[in-house]
Amino acid sequence: MQALYGQLLLGLINGAFYALLSLGLAVIFGMLNVVNFAHGAFYMMGAFGAWFLLDRFGIGYWGALVLAPVALALVGMAFERTLLRLLAGLDHLYGMLLTFGFALALQGLFQISFGSAGIPYPVPEALQGGRNLGFMFLPNYRAWVILFSLIVCLLTWFAIERTRLGAYLRAATENPALLKAFGVNVRLMVTLTYGFGVGLAALAGVLAAPISQVRPLMGADFIIVVFAVVVIGGMGSIMGSVVTGFLLGVVEGLTKYFYPEASSTVIFVVMVLVLALRPNGFFGKAAR
Amino acid sequence: MTAGDRSSAFAGIACVAMVLAVAPWTGLVYPFFIMQAMCFAIFASAFNLLAGFGGLLPFGQAMFLGTGGYVCAHVAKMWGLPPEAAILLGVAAAAALGAASGAIAIRRQGIYFSMTTLALAQMVYFFYLQAPFTRGEDGIQSVPRGMLLGLLDLRSDTTLYYVVLAIFVFALLAVHRIVHSPFGAVLRAIRENEPRAMSLGYRPDDHKLIVFILSAALCGLAGAIKAIVSQNATLTDVHWSMSGEVILMALLGGMGTMLGPVLGAFMLVAMQQYLAQFGQWVTVLHGIIFMICVLVFRRGIVGEIAWRLKRAL
Repeated sequence: MQALYGQLLLGLINGAFYALLSLGLAVIFGMLNVVNFAHGAFYMMGAFGAWFLLDRFGIGYWGALVLAPVALALVGMAFERTLLRLLAGLDHLYGMLLTFGFALALQGLFQISFGSAGIPYPVPEALQGGRNLGFMFLPNYRAWVILFSLIVCLLTWFAIERTRLGAYLRAATENPALLKAFGVNVRLMVTLTYGFGVGLAALAGVLAAPISQVRPLMGADFIIVVFAVVVIGGMGSIMGSVVTGFLLGVVEGLTKYFYPEASSTVIFVVMVLVLALRPNGFFGKAAR
Repeated sequence: MTAGDRSSAFAGIACVAMVLAVAPWTGLVYPFFIMQAMCFAIFASAFNLLAGFGGLLPFGQAMFLGTGGYVCAHVAKMWGLPPEAAILLGVAAAAALGAASGAIAIRRQGIYFSMTTLALAQMVYFFYLQAPFTRGEDGIQSVPRGMLLGLLDLRSDTTLYYVVLAIFVFALLAVHRIVHSPFGAVLRAIRENEPRAMSLGYRPDDHKLIVFILSAALCGLAGAIKAIVSQNATLTDVHWSMSGEVILMALLGGMGTMLGPVLGAFMLVAMQQYLAQFGQWVTVLHGIIFMICVLVFRRGIVGEIAWRLKRAL
């Protein structure tokens, strides 16, 4: 039983990362119609950012949790402004290929600079240790990751679905030309949206730093699973990607306990089943 | 597309074949390198059949390359079958996987199609990583080359070279034939305007599935020959980075052209060969070329030339 709860917890944590990353992908896709292949690279750079801040400037976890996502959001916005923007109006596949090339170059550069081995990052002092829940031992940091990412996801949902800015955002997704006619600066919104999505990926990276080692390729394989999550959930809905993310993390955790051989493929199997039964995904709108 | 266009692409294939036929005698290039490049050229042309002519950009073609390679290597080594049987079984396995994965992937369009193929390929990657017959990280080593049809001894490098060249030319002609057949014309119609093609009585999904399977089979052919040439089959060929690399080959050479993917494949294999000592810088370079192609050079090298000459190459 202990092992089952342990795997469930791990599943929830993976689910938290799936949710944060697929949420960022969904937000970017909604606004730019671009599948951000560089998402995994930004996730990786978030973790490296946390390590870098600690190593060079002595800035700890809590500082990194704010600084790294903001810094990388700026990098992302610069990328969007200078390069990604040039592809506006072309087939959406070009945007995906551009971000793929960007991710390749970034991951290569990090491998050259830091090697492929992992760098450890300490768990912040306030979150060390854990508590005994009676049926299992819960490390504080893991509880924090689940709780914090849940809050971030809900806040994002609230900002997009329930605020004025979010209404603009949804309007720009539906009909950018009309929104421009109302005098809203849609170009700026596109840039900010990309920055926000990238920031979410970087935030997930900082959260992951103390759990998994900081590695140049930590995002490369992970992002493919997130793509499967996105295909399953459909990118049409914010809540959809959050729920699917957590749910699939749990499914993966359960598989690790009951049939460990299939744990690395179970999400892809779910994707195949969903595509066979509901081609647009659980929460997806009709294909564009 | 006119009859003249068709013959200029055909003449291009003939030229490439003639250059490659004499290349090993010049002593300028290493025959093994050209054979490797020809395998990747088949792979890139198969990708191009689906992406350039079919309008469906797959991000998981490595699963077919790897399947062709693994099945061919296993059959040749463990079952001791002759190379022609090993290659055919490799192609058949890739085509079967293509039928299964294609039926799922073509249910979605555009970027969803790309992501679905990527996810399916990753699933196949994990399968090969865990399946005992592939020997995991080690791969299948020292695959025997054997006697082709009991007549041609592939252990001779010269014989192998011309057999690979013949298969390479066959594959290019097959792609050319498919693209310029009535089936290819319907495929273009579907790519340009799917509802219109449907209203004319064509079934888009059937056509997409068939071209998906054809592309998968040709990718499998590339993988099977690659296994015979390099005498091994490893996880590298199934990894997602291989699926990305083939996109780069087609993109750099020119997607939707007959000769572009061939040129792109040769350039990328040459790059890997001559820049090997720079290690990860090659990956960085790939990324940068990718970005440059997408941003300013979307027609690719051959596509650009064809556009200037106003001919299809």
